[in-house]
Amino acid sequence: MPYNPGLVGNPCLRLMALLEIQNVTRRFGDFVAVDGVSLGIESGEFFTLLGPSGCGKTTLLRMIGGFDLPDGGRIVLDGEDMADKPPEARPVRTVFQSYALFPHMTVQGNVAFPLRMAKTPAAEAARKIDEALADVRLTGFNQRFPHELSGGQRQRVAIARALVTHPRVLLLDEPLAALDAKLREEMQLELINMQKEAGITFVYVTHDQTEALALSHRIAVMNGGRVEQVDAPEKLYSLPRTRFVADFIGTCNLLAGPVSRADGAGIAIEVADLGTVVVKSDARPALQSEGAVALRPEKVRLAAPGPAMPGENRFAGVVTGLLYHGDVTVYRVRTARGHEMEALLANSASGLARFFETGDAVELAWPADAGHFIDR
Amino acid sequence: MRGRFGKWLVGGPPLLYLLVFFAAPSLIMVLASFRSPGEFGGLAPLQDADGNLDLTVESYTRFFTEPLYWQIFLKSFWYAIATTLICLVLAYPLASLIARSNRKHRDLLLLLVILPFWSNFLIRVYAWMIILGPNAAVARTVNGFLGLFGVEPVSLLFSSFAVLVCLVYVHLPFMVLPLYANLEKHDRTLLDAAQDLGAGAWQRFWRITFPLSLPGVYAGAALVFIPAFGIFAIPDILGGPDDSLIGNVIKQQFLETRDWPFGSVLSIVLTVLALGLAGFAAWIGKRSVARLAVGDA
Repeated sequence: MPYNPGLVGNPCLRLMALLEIQNVTRRFGDFVAVDGVSLGIESGEFFTLLGPSGCGKTTLLRMIGGFDLPDGGRIVLDGEDMADKPPEARPVRTVFQSYALFPHMTVQGNVAFPLRMAKTPAAEAARKIDEALADVRLTGFNQRFPHELSGGQRQRVAIARALVTHPRVLLLDEPLAALDAKLREEMQLELINMQKEAGITFVYVTHDQTEALALSHRIAVMNGGRVEQVDAPEKLYSLPRTRFVADFIGTCNLLAGPVSRADGAGIAIEVADLGTVVVKSDARPALQSEGAVALRPEKVRLAAPGPAMPGENRFAGVVTGLLYHGDVTVYRVRTARGHEMEALLANSASGLARFFETGDAVELAWPADAGHFIDR
Repeated sequence: MRGRFGKWLVGGPPLLYLLVFFAAPSLIMVLASFRSPGEFGGLAPLQDADGNLDLTVESYTRFFTEPLYWQIFLKSFWYAIATTLICLVLAYPLASLIARSNRKHRDLLLLLVILPFWSNFLIRVYAWMIILGPNAAVARTVNGFLGLFGVEPVSLLFSSFAVLVCLVYVHLPFMVLPLYANLEKHDRTLLDAAQDLGAGAWQRFWRITFPLSLPGVYAGAALVFIPAFGIFAIPDILGGPDDSLIGNVIKQQFLETRDWPFGSVLSIVLTVLALGLAGFAAWIGKRSVARLAVGDA
């Protein structure tokens, strides 16, 4: 069944997900690596576990694969509890970060391995191997050994080997980490296509937020063993639910302080070294409770001081530094009361390399609906 | 100029050592094999009374026409093969256990493996005389058990059994160490991957661990087989009258029969066979190493 985002999270249509992770906990001594995580991953979905190193994403992946067992909670695949199933008995395959190709076997031998283990008849196996190699564009590489292949080719052999038996779920543990930037982008596009064509559920682990945003249908952002937020990439980016998510996904100005007003017009927050910041939100936080506004640098307008700047939020400042990226320039601005903020301006329109220089007096402005209110 | 000098400085002494203590004796042995035995042992004078050079292939003719010596070579070969196989079967689990232990235990276990080297080889062989002696616990238990079935008591000492047990005991570390060195480098992820792809414990061993450990197996086999093939002390001390191996026969030719030319012929055949088999093992090993060395990125 192809992935249908309409079904996800719809309480009326929602039956049991293909892969249910129910309140799963894993401890190593005193350290809680995975802390009561619950997730439902749908059939045909490209699902990503995203987080910094040590957040528990790889431990969770290993538990789905069967290489580690939860201390609490259940992992249910296709309605079947996986607790008593060793890795070799799970309809799940893993693509390891190091690819883990068998160095003493040819490409053909590697791809044939799972078929051999499943005692697939020779003729059928030969057909499936050809198909799998064609899917990863490695037709004709059958007799090569892994050490005769490039990094990208090894990666594709690992994927062909994992997909040749058509598992229900494919687990990918930072599969692109070892590739250089250009090859990585190419492989990202290939992964998206492969996933779409195979229709197999992908569970992908990465610490690279751009990769997660580019590839996934949905992303679970993990931190300290817990899931902070599960959402589609565009929602994670524009509507982060926690400060951690706002900060981890892309760059973000986090303007935090006590709530001084919350009504139909919006929420006002008193940011200590900035001033009053107004944000549109349906939330109704208690007055004086701690809140924050997540504001993406590209939503901040930057202009020379003048009377005509639109936007409900307006602050004067001085450019303290800038990073020229070619297509855009990132400006770091210190406001009058000492708050550091980032603003991003596209360079394409004017053809100018830089609008401002370090030391220039500027004005920052953004409308109330540019930011996003976070109460956690 | 300086580079070449440095090369000689480093490579010279070992080269000289090998020339003096390996190449020269081998050459002497080859020359001796073409001479006649002396009247009272050793070698006959190079020139006879008439001043003719006394060179002969008689010892070679004798070797190739008397099947007895081929039979002894064959027997020695089987003893060495049996020793190698038994060592492999015993050493593999041990090496794999050491390779999987944590650092602290690993060092201790390795120390235990090489501990026997701290005492003299002959003393260790003599120790087996006590262990396998008729009054020791092993022999009494075995004979007590055999007695239950009305079987006559057997002597464990001075038997093929004693020779084989001691051969295995002496050579075991030479199998354990290269196997450990190989197994320790194995990437555990490969086993995870094999398991993930549906391989049970036996399949993981047979299709992944074992083929990847073959270079270590070949190295260990060569290190055990070659010395075991030419050994003489163990059959001398622990063997019965029928357990003479080629090493004993060579020793006998030099020290008792005092037929140096024939002893030299036997030594040359032993060296050629051992080097041939070692070269074969190295060739197989290299072939599989070339395939396995890379591709672990």
